[in-house]
Amino acid sequence: MGWKSRLPLGLAIAFIVVAPAIFGSFTITLMNYIGIYAFAVLGLVLLTGVGGLTSFGQAAFVGIGAYATAWYTAVHGGSPWIGLLLALLLTGLVATILGAATLRLGGHFLPLSTIAWGVAIFFLFGNIDAIGRYSGLSGIPAITIGPLSLGGNTAMYCFIWGLLGFVMLLCRNLLDSRKGRAIRGLRGGIAMVESLAIDFFRMRLAVFVLAGMLAGLSGWLYAHMQRYVSPAPFDIRPSIELLLMALVGGAGHIAGAVVGAAAITLLKNALQDVLPLFTRYSAQLEVVAFGVLFVVILQKARAGIVPMIARYLPRPRLVVPGQVPPLARRGRPVVSGQAVLTIQGATKRFGALAAVNDVSFEVKGGEVLGLIGPNGAGKSTLLNLITGTAKPNAGRIMFLDDEVTKLAPRDIAGKGVARTFQHVKLRPNMTLLDNTLLGTYSRTRSGFLAGAIRLDREEEKSAQCEALQQLKRVGLAEKAGELAGSLPLGQQRLLEVARALAADPVLVILDEPAAGLRSLEKQILSRLLRTLRNEGMTIVLVEHDMEFVMNLVDRIVVMDFGSKLAEGVPAAIRAEPRVQEAYLGGVA
Amino acid sequence: MTILLSVTDLHVSYGKVEAVSGVSLDMQSGHIVTVIGPNGAGKTTLLAALMGLLPSKGESCYEGQDLRLLSTEERVRRGICLVPERRELFTEMTVADNLVLGAYTRWGDREAVQRGLQEVYGRFPRLSERRSQLAGTLSGGERQMLALGRALMAKPRLLLLDEPSLGLAPLIVREIFRIVMGLRELGVSILLVEQNARAALETADYGYVLETGCIVHAGPAVSLIHDPRVVASYLGGKVN
Amino acid sequence: MTPEIALLLAQDGISTGAIYVLVALGIVLIFLVTRVIFVPFGDVVGYSALTVAALQLRQMPGTVWLVLTLATLATVMEAYGLVRRGQIRGLPKALLLYAVLPTVPAALVWLVAGRDLPMWVGIALTLAIVMPISPLLHRIAFSPLADASVLVLLIIAVAVHFAMSGLALLYFGPEGFRSEPITRALFELGPVTISGQSILILASSVIFSFLLFLFFERTLTGKALRATAVNRVGARLVGILPSTTGAIAFLLASVLAGICGILIGPVTTLYYDSGFLIGLKAFIGAIIGGLISYPAAAAGAIFVGLLESYAAFWDSALKEVFVFSTLIPILIGQSFTSAAAIEEEIEEEEREGTA
Repeated sequence: MGWKSRLPLGLAIAFIVVAPAIFGSFTITLMNYIGIYAFAVLGLVLLTGVGGLTSFGQAAFVGIGAYATAWYTAVHGGSPWIGLLLALLLTGLVATILGAATLRLGGHFLPLSTIAWGVAIFFLFGNIDAIGRYSGLSGIPAITIGPLSLGGNTAMYCFIWGLLGFVMLLCRNLLDSRKGRAIRGLRGGIAMVESLAIDFFRMRLAVFVLAGMLAGLSGWLYAHMQRYVSPAPFDIRPSIELLLMALVGGAGHIAGAVVGAAAITLLKNALQDVLPLFTRYSAQLEVVAFGVLFVVILQKARAGIVPMIARYLPRPRLVVPGQVPPLARRGRPVVSGQAVLTIQGATKRFGALAAVNDVSFEVKGGEVLGLIGPNGAGKSTLLNLITGTAKPNAGRIMFLDDEVTKLAPRDIAGKGVARTFQHVKLRPNMTLLDNTLLGTYSRTRSGFLAGAIRLDREEEKSAQCEALQQLKRVGLAEKAGELAGSLPLGQQRLLEVARALAADPVLVILDEPAAGLRSLEKQILSRLLRTLRNEGMTIVLVEHDMEFVMNLVDRIVVMDFGSKLAEGVPAAIRAEPRVQEAYLGGVA
Repeated sequence: MTILLSVTDLHVSYGKVEAVSGVSLDMQSGHIVTVIGPNGAGKTTLLAALMGLLPSKGESCYEGQDLRLLSTEERVRRGICLVPERRELFTEMTVADNLVLGAYTRWGDREAVQRGLQEVYGRFPRLSERRSQLAGTLSGGERQMLALGRALMAKPRLLLLDEPSLGLAPLIVREIFRIVMGLRELGVSILLVEQNARAALETADYGYVLETGCIVHAGPAVSLIHDPRVVASYLGGKVN
Repeated sequence: MTPEIALLLAQDGISTGAIYVLVALGIVLIFLVTRVIFVPFGDVVGYSALTVAALQLRQMPGTVWLVLTLATLATVMEAYGLVRRGQIRGLPKALLLYAVLPTVPAALVWLVAGRDLPMWVGIALTLAIVMPISPLLHRIAFSPLADASVLVLLIIAVAVHFAMSGLALLYFGPEGFRSEPITRALFELGPVTISGQSILILASSVIFSFLLFLFFERTLTGKALRATAVNRVGARLVGILPSTTGAIAFLLASVLAGICGILIGPVTTLYYDSGFLIGLKAFIGAIIGGLISYPAAAAGAIFVGLLESYAAFWDSALKEVFVFSTLIPILIGQSFTSAAAIEEEIEEEEREGTA
């Protein structure tokens, strides 16, 4: 990595290290608050910027963490470290319940329910005798590490910022691992995510729980620094401030958590200094100023500060892994000629319209089957039935020896069915390599913890090696470090093919891979598909470009008006008058 | 004959992906012009750009007016109507409501609207039978008729038709094309985008073949029908 | 709990619920037409109630300054946009819509505030001055981002709520207000006494729901609003401007909010931030209805009113907690019945990411 791209990070660390030596106690306290907020904001960065979800209740989670440890240490005289455990457990539990309730629904149900929940928790804290009602709990002890007490301002400073650095490192590692990539993939939508054998709902839940626990950690630090808790700081207004911090910093970036927390805290401080000079209603105007600032940022600069700076820095170069053991391949029990996919009487109705009507055929091991038909013939619906995104009204679908008719898309993908999409589904803000690595999800095993503490490096290197190899196959290896969104459409389609191949599938389903490709790209694709066939891969190809199909496939199934019109080798299909009629249209 | 629509070097992009690259075409008043080509060629994108639904670069001129200055709504007021591939009907509203909303821009003249409604019902008796039914309950062919009828309610001078035969049975396709021919008699100019090449070329006066965002062939429709290159781009290789 | 108390609570719950019905209808209306989840709706209700009270106390309601500020902002934004696009011909119309129309009620209120006014004049003036608030907010905060995802629009809505409630504190101060009841009539109905105010609330709720229904069914504008909600592309293709239907939806919602404020003002003591809680509870009603159906939202709102009433009897301090936590089981129930919602939402965000 070039020194230039590391420069800002180095400067920031140097500043934080020397700060206690330069600044007075007031500034250090302020920086302590910035650090504490940054934990909660980090959670929102993962949730909002990376995962595409939003919570208006982050401060409520901070509150749960703070109250958990306050209750345990101040009321029951327990150790702050057990308090920490309690804080994390409780926030994790609440997040799980809340997430389970809302994350299956559309994206706005989570934030809406967190508004209600953020308001409710304020009343809840304020009405429970055991935690001191609205007057709160005092007498919370300082954190101690062995004989060392963190009661002092500077000691707490070192602890907070040291811990923050460590946690940020863990998060960075996580995002660069198998599970982290899956989280980054969430914004690509349920269809893309599940086609990669990733459980969409559980991944959303995981990132929500993670965000909640980071807030819990923030609350634990808050309680032991402040030594006193009351309900007010955990209301919905501070939640909005935390969200504002995440947006200002740059919601997609880990560094954005610190930058945003610092920017908003300093701004708030400045407002509190300046506003009283002009008006005696400074407290009210502060809220108004924040509301307006929020709207302006969303309208004018939705990306935030960090991406604005990052634009002027060189992109980190890609490190190509050296010799590593390859990823284990799927045991491939497929014998050439044996049925890989069997469709029996599949029927799918939308209201009165039968989009797929009693269609039956087989796809044999090692063959390339072309599925053709005019627009609206039901090909896409049939693909949805095969991949599990839609369930048939009647009929059965068998993959190898198993019935997959009722399985979820991720389970079918896990069995070795990879696909590309008619409308390309990639993550434009991830590199080509990362997009392809998403394909290896079903072949790798590393979990969240392994990713965060880098126990996954061996497997990760093998996966990278595999992904690079697939990129090379489609002719995109040179661009592995570029962002997928910068590719022209044709190359995006090829990238999707590489991602599908990275899953080491038994069956690949290609939905109009040649649409929008220029003739040179078509040749690359055609050559690639031929190579794959020679390697024994089974391929189902939906395509409109007849020249492309006729020259490539072994057999063709023609669909028209939801039914199978013909089935056979290309020459026979071409000679079939009914096919010509369906295609060129014999009527007028 | 006057030039109704003239497009020069039109480019349309989705982000960094260019879907239409440098298309130029001319349309004479009262003509049916068809744009045919395989899936993904950019036909739908072209129509969406002409309608102002997508931002585009290049010049487009309609009745002497620079189209770039007009919003979609203003284009409708000036007589450009699109019947989109996805029909975009108001599925949870009745057939009658869909048609009435088609005349949204000329609501000032209630009588003309009523007359237009009777005309559409006369042209599509099926819609008349189902006027109080929800649009979402119609069959594919009826939906296409409703989409056409809704567009006609705006009294268009230039009708943009995107794949009117999509997903329809041959008998209904024939009916739809008969209606399209009938519209020309009324003086409506039609830009027809079709997959069903033969039917489109038999209906149209002039044709363009679009491939990967570029015009590759152009000519009078009768000459394109027998052009082996056109046939090849559809079925591939040689057709016996 | 005796049957008498149960009946009393039910009566109380239904009349609160009737208020929530009007708020929930406004919320669903705005959401369907513009995809904005209008969190500040409750604040507008609060402004309405506090304006009535201020006029009755012969004070100058801060709403005047709010409307003038919003009108100035909106006019500047609109004029700047027109000039930048070179459409100077549109300026007079923009000035009329964004500067003159909102200023008229504000000026009227400014002129008569501090005098002894008949009750109906105060009510009419309140309605007139509350009406422009939501459409102006729409112009300032939401329409510049009309194509953004529901999520972004929601975050903006929450930010606008904070600005509105901060301003309300500034204008009206922290003390509570209660306006004069519109009617003091009492009706004996067997064992219970029903106040005329409750009946008025219930009747208004029914009447305005019905008027809204008529508007949607019988007028072209109403149909255009429905069309925008059903299919935005289709609406544009027939020449409907989504920003116009959006503004109309906000205007209607503003009227509903004004009516709610006028009705609820005499029932409870309201503070600068009480409106938000009213809005939030109506939201829960609307969410129970799935945020897509007017009758379901109305039923949900009545349910919330009843729930609140009984919860308050059980423990008045925790009634809010109780009402808000019922949302969780309701959402769990919904997440197993509506599977389609998730897919559409994500597709929308994806488009945003690619752009």
